[in-house]
Formats: sequence, structure tokens, C-alpha cells
Amino acid sequence: GSITTADGSALVKLGNTTVICGVKAELAAPSVDSANKGYIVPNVELPSLCSTRFRSGPPGEEAQAASQFIADVIENSRIIAKEDLCIANGKLAWVLYCDIICLDCDGNVLDASAFALLAALKNVQLPSVTINEETGLSEVNFKQKNPLIIRNHPVATSFAIFDDTLLIVDPTAEEEDLATGTVTVVTDDEGRLCSVHKPGGSPLTGAKLQDCITRAVTRHKEVKKLIDKVIKSIKPK
Amino acid sequence: DRGPPSPSPGDTSVLAGLYGPVEVKGSKELPDRAALEVLLRPKVGLPGVMERSREQLLRRTCETVVLGVLHPRTAITLVLQVLSDAGSLLSCCLNAACMGLLDAGLPLASLFCGITCALDPHGAIILDPTTRQEQDARAVLTFAIDSAERKVLTATTRGSCSVEEMQQCLVAAQRAADTIFQFYRDSVRRKYSKS
Repeated sequence: GSITTADGSALVKLGNTTVICGVKAELAAPSVDSANKGYIVPNVELPSLCSTRFRSGPPGEEAQAASQFIADVIENSRIIAKEDLCIANGKLAWVLYCDIICLDCDGNVLDASAFALLAALKNVQLPSVTINEETGLSEVNFKQKNPLIIRNHPVATSFAIFDDTLLIVDPTAEEEDLATGTVTVVTDDEGRLCSVHKPGGSPLTGAKLQDCITRAVTRHKEVKKLIDKVIKSIKPK
Repeated sequence: DRGPPSPSPGDTSVLAGLYGPVEVKGSKELPDRAALEVLLRPKVGLPGVMERSREQLLRRTCETVVLGVLHPRTAITLVLQVLSDAGSLLSCCLNAACMGLLDAGLPLASLFCGITCALDPHGAIILDPTTRQEQDARAVLTFAIDSAERKVLTATTRGSCSVEEMQQCLVAAQRAADTIFQFYRDSVRRKYSKS
């Protein structure tokens, strides 16, 4: 991956928008009410270096809304079954910290973040962990690594709406500023909807929304092919 | 300028307080329109990332209907306090927001209402689900429907569903919107017939 110190990483460029995602895996005890599940913790950062719109300091509203969006995509699409992250029921599980950082914001950060997350998770190699029966301690074997089981491939497609007549896919920052609304559709491998995210903005008829969804389904196929091609081309270490 | 209505489907209730248009401090000032701000306070605990995400959704929904260009260089603040949550919280917030805007007498392009649809494991559509129904559902979709042409102002979904199911939920939501708009009409009529 792009980040050598991370367990999995990916750098995505959608036009000028550049987003990097690093996945770090740590061990933790699972929570009491879901003893057989691990955790996936996404965090989207929009630092001041990516655009003049953002000031340095605590995460602003857009970063927090983007983090919530990515968390929803992970949850809705079941990209990874949290049960797969469990090593020993009730005792040990993996926590995947997914840090998504925008390096250059030229619009459509949500789509780029979702792609970066998907590609990074496909790139993750987790060391195998066994629990020593006698001591009860965990033993990590860094020489034997396994990839994550990715169950679904959600792809986000964003549209900028202009007065409910014009829809532009993958808007740039300038187009987003001038747009009267945005809508993001997340589809999965089976053509099902994982998310329709339309936070306000110009109203759309059901037919126009259907139009967006149809295009999103087509785009899903193209993006999945591209991600598969890139993952295959990575030479294993 | 203040509007404190609290509509409650079942036992979910949200109190909305609207302040504005008032003077705005420094950097938040927009030269050509009113600056809208939404604050969502959960019942318990401090507002987190989920609340920020919902605040952005509510703010953008209100910005679409409020004729902010009539009040440039002012601020309009909408504070929503969750009093109790028994399911369909987001649509309750949307309804509270719209009634707050109505009560305060702000100029609006249209009204909107929030409707939550849940798809249970058998594929049946449940409108305004309870917390239990939301948890058991395959997918929960929340729409904000506008009053002018019943178009979709806002949409947000949880869980996954097929495209046909989403369209069915949308149609059901558009039909249910009529009831809510009638409720708005009756509430406003009641308020002004008292004097």
C-alpha cells in the first residue's frame, strides 16, 4: 500500500481530489453485549491543507458529517462482517482504525473517501493471532499474514443538483459551490442500495432520483473493475 | 420571533426553538442571505458526530425552503431539544423544524414534513416505526417531502434495500405527507383562531 507503516492503505485521486486512507489494526477486548464482534472505527479528516475552506483546530461540521457518512456506509453495506474480526470470543478481537485524510479537496470528498476506504481494506494484511492455552496471552505471528474477508464492495456516486433540472456526476469544488443541492447514492455488488444521502438541497422528483440510482449502479461496475485491476497489480511483499 | 411547538408521533417528542432573524456576529455573516444554524441536543449526553451529521441535514433542508435572501446579514438559529425518543426521531426533528419555522412566521418557499419508513424482514413497509421496529428492520428510510409538489427534499437511509423497495417507500411517504400537511394546517388555524 501507499503507507508502509500501516496494515493497509490506499491513495485515491478523483480528478484533483486526493484522499488517502490508512488502516491500523490493534487488539482489544470485545464489548460485553457483542462478545463475538470486533470494531471498525472510521475517521475522516479535512485538514486545512486540503482547502482554504477548512481551518485548523477541532473537526468542523463537514468532517464530522463525512465521518458519519463513512460509518453508515460500513454499517449498511456490511463490507466486513464484524464477527470475522473476532479472535477469541469475549476475550480478544481486532479493532480497525480507518483514518481517511483528504490531501486535496476539489469536490466530491465523499465518493473519494468511500473508494479509499474500500481499496485500503482490500489491501489490509492482518498477522495471525493465537491465544496460548497455558499462559492465556495472545501471540502475534507477523510472518504469517492473512487478508481481510471483504463481503461487499460499496461504491458511492455523488451528483450535484442545479435547480432540479441538471445533474452533474462527480462535481468539482466549483460545481459544488454553485450547486443548489447534492445527492450521494451508495450501491453494492448486487445492485442494492446501501445508502441514499440527500441532505436538503433542491427537491427532486422520484423519477429524477431513480435516474441517479440507475447511473450509480452502472458506475459501480466500472469502479469495481478498476479497484480489482489495481489490487491484482500490487506485487506481494 | 420564537416558536416552541413540539409534534410527537407516538412517544417521540422534540422541542424546537427558533430565534431570528437577528444580528449575526462577524465571520458567520453572509452578505446576500440569512445564515441558518441548527443545534440538535440529544436527550442524554453531549452532541456527537451523529448529531453534527443530522444538524447538517436539517440545516440544508431548512436552507432550501427559507427565503434567506429576504434577510441578508442576519442569523436564524434553530435549536432542537430531544425530549424523548421512541423511534422515528429524525422525521420528528424535521417536523418540529418546519413547525418552528411556521410558528416564527419566517418567509418560506414551501413547507416540508419528515416521514420514516421501515422495511421489516418480510418486506412490508411500516410508517413511523418504533425503536423496536427500527432495530428489527432490514432498512430504515427517512424522507423530507416538500408541500408544493411532493418532491423529495431530503433522503437518508440506514441498512440496505433494493431500488424497487426504495421507490415503494417513497410513494408511501408522499401519500402520508398529506396527513402531516393537514395537521400543520389545522395547528396554524387553531393558533390564529384563538385571539
